[in-house]
Amino acid sequence: MREMKNKTEKRTIRFEVDALARVEGEGALTVVVHDGVVEEAKLRIFEPPRLFETLLRGRFLGEAPDVTARICGICPVAYQMSSTHALEQALGITITPTIRALRRLLYCGEWIESHALHLCMLHAPDFFGKHNVAELAALFPSEVQNSLKLKKTGNEILRVLGGREIHPINIRVGGFYKLPSQSELRTLRERLLLAKDQALATVKWVSAFPFPHVERDCELVSLWHPDEYPLCEGKIVSSAGLSIDPCDFETHFVETHVSHSNALHAHQQNGGGKDGGAYLVGPLARYALCGDKLPVEAKQAAQAAKLPPVCKNPFQSIVVRAVELVFACEEALRIVNEYEPQGPAFVDAPFQTARGVAATCAPRGLLFHRYDVRADGTIESCKIVPPTSQNQPAIEADLRLVAQTHLHLPHQELTARLEHAIRNHDPCISCATHALRVEVVRTKT
Amino acid sequence: MNGVDKPKLRLGVFKFASCDGCQLSLLDLEDELFELLSAVELSNFLEASSAVLPGPYDVALVEGSITTVHDQERILEIRASAKRLVTIGACATSGGIQALRNGANVGEWVASVYPSPDYISTLEHSTPISAHVPVDYELFGCPVNKHQLLEVLSAVWQDRKPRVRGVSVCSECKAKGTPCVLVTRGTACLGPLTHAGCEALCPTYGRGCFGCYGPQNTCNADALVTHLQHAHGQPDVVLSRLLNTYAGQASAFAQARKRLTT
Repeated sequence: MREMKNKTEKRTIRFEVDALARVEGEGALTVVVHDGVVEEAKLRIFEPPRLFETLLRGRFLGEAPDVTARICGICPVAYQMSSTHALEQALGITITPTIRALRRLLYCGEWIESHALHLCMLHAPDFFGKHNVAELAALFPSEVQNSLKLKKTGNEILRVLGGREIHPINIRVGGFYKLPSQSELRTLRERLLLAKDQALATVKWVSAFPFPHVERDCELVSLWHPDEYPLCEGKIVSSAGLSIDPCDFETHFVETHVSHSNALHAHQQNGGGKDGGAYLVGPLARYALCGDKLPVEAKQAAQAAKLPPVCKNPFQSIVVRAVELVFACEEALRIVNEYEPQGPAFVDAPFQTARGVAATCAPRGLLFHRYDVRADGTIESCKIVPPTSQNQPAIEADLRLVAQTHLHLPHQELTARLEHAIRNHDPCISCATHALRVEVVRTKT
Repeated sequence: MNGVDKPKLRLGVFKFASCDGCQLSLLDLEDELFELLSAVELSNFLEASSAVLPGPYDVALVEGSITTVHDQERILEIRASAKRLVTIGACATSGGIQALRNGANVGEWVASVYPSPDYISTLEHSTPISAHVPVDYELFGCPVNKHQLLEVLSAVWQDRKPRVRGVSVCSECKAKGTPCVLVTRGTACLGPLTHAGCEALCPTYGRGCFGCYGPQNTCNADALVTHLQHAHGQPDVVLSRLLNTYAGQASAFAQARKRLTT
């Protein structure tokens, strides 16, 4: 508690790390502490802009699922799901139950791959002061192997259903290019049974990690579905009581542009709630708002891990991610067991001038897409709001709190803690535009 | 890659404008990862490790295209620190999908996405790494094939040429026995022009190849374009889009587009 004792000493201190590692993309962070008070906490994103919303103008609408997948190599399916659902709404297409089930399965594959990657390779090393998964494996050899197997199973779902792990090619507006046969999906069954046990073991493993004591109240936003844990459809709800159709997303949430970032920041329109309209999407929000919809083993795992119904400690997001791994394995297993291909591989409809919107659950949180399309089948304009641009203001609020409550730590340790605080939210900077540089400044007057 | 008592290969993995998918391919080698790490030191691989060691590196894998002044400078430093430089993926080898900006009014493009365009610094063109520094080997794909990536690393480690076949996607279709989507259905397919490596994925799923592995060295793009126009009635606008997506700036694709009237 050095800072408390030195209350009378006035100074500014600057923390700096050249590049934040183990995140997807390129960014930086500045924290300025003046006289023991955090004055500024900025997550700067310097990933070069790739201008997807503009390059899609005039392209054929059928290209959107493949093109938007290229926004992110870790969560391409999320882009494929939001774009197909939005474009189907524009064309008035209703997909068949078979297509719906397969899309949930595909999304489960991506959740397993992405969550296992983040949990084990990017996030877990933070709790033990390790640089990477190889160092972590020296401490936890079997647990790390477990996670890699899980990740591989997620990728296997993507391969069987989508053709390949990164940028799958079997997804199109209206459905799929080709439906898998029952026997092709059944090949996943044995692996998924093992994966579910590996996920349960992972919950047990991560729930015993040493968590810093931090709690923050934050408005949580998630997709919500009355009958199931959300993936592809539902209402957008918040912990403050918001409940809207995804069509109304843009009237409630706005993106603003700040000079320190190549990603737009999303806020709630009225600046409502705490922290000037900041809100959080992702596993913590989904679990708090939809936890009662989790299947039985995922629920039991959360209880056994002593996870409260609303988890306010962002460092425990790793436990929530593990619980979602159990969910994704259970759900994938259910779909594989029940699968009988019925109906066409895709539903077609004539082009028309129309607007379509959709929000689906990327592993990192709500992903909103809106398209205006023309009668010749081209895209007139579109808007894409990725989860990380929505989370940027909330991540900055976390940084202020973590910096303020850990000022007693030695410089290097606090810097590491701040990087850790960013990784809690699995930021996908390629998505938000993209290595993070942590820079903490303490000033003295 | 093991078996010889040799110092570890010092590996750097660097990212420019891209989606991260090609470097993720390394982490997607779940079965081979720890064997790989017995031969390779992650000297500078920010996505996977916060331990960053200074160069020189035995091999630098470079993902992404150059789109900013800062990145123009950064690639020179990386080249200077790397004994071998290998570009991985469509962005690094041909500019990527973000090269669709080339020839457009980039100022207007930026203004259409960002409310305060003054905060954004970006170049008029998205260019491949080879436009800036000498490249020792180019691996194609959007994303790359992870087994080909492993082969390239093995080749560097063993100081030999990578065994990556220089044939087209058509050869892979024939090898798999997949019926030709162009001949049997008239589907516009870039398979005859496109570098192999994906195992003819799209035709296997009943769709035409969209060229994400870029043009194969000896392709005859003009002949394919003429055939698609005349024998299958594909409109120029469709062919132009097809040739201008993930590897649109690669010269064979860019040349073939010139004969289209869009």
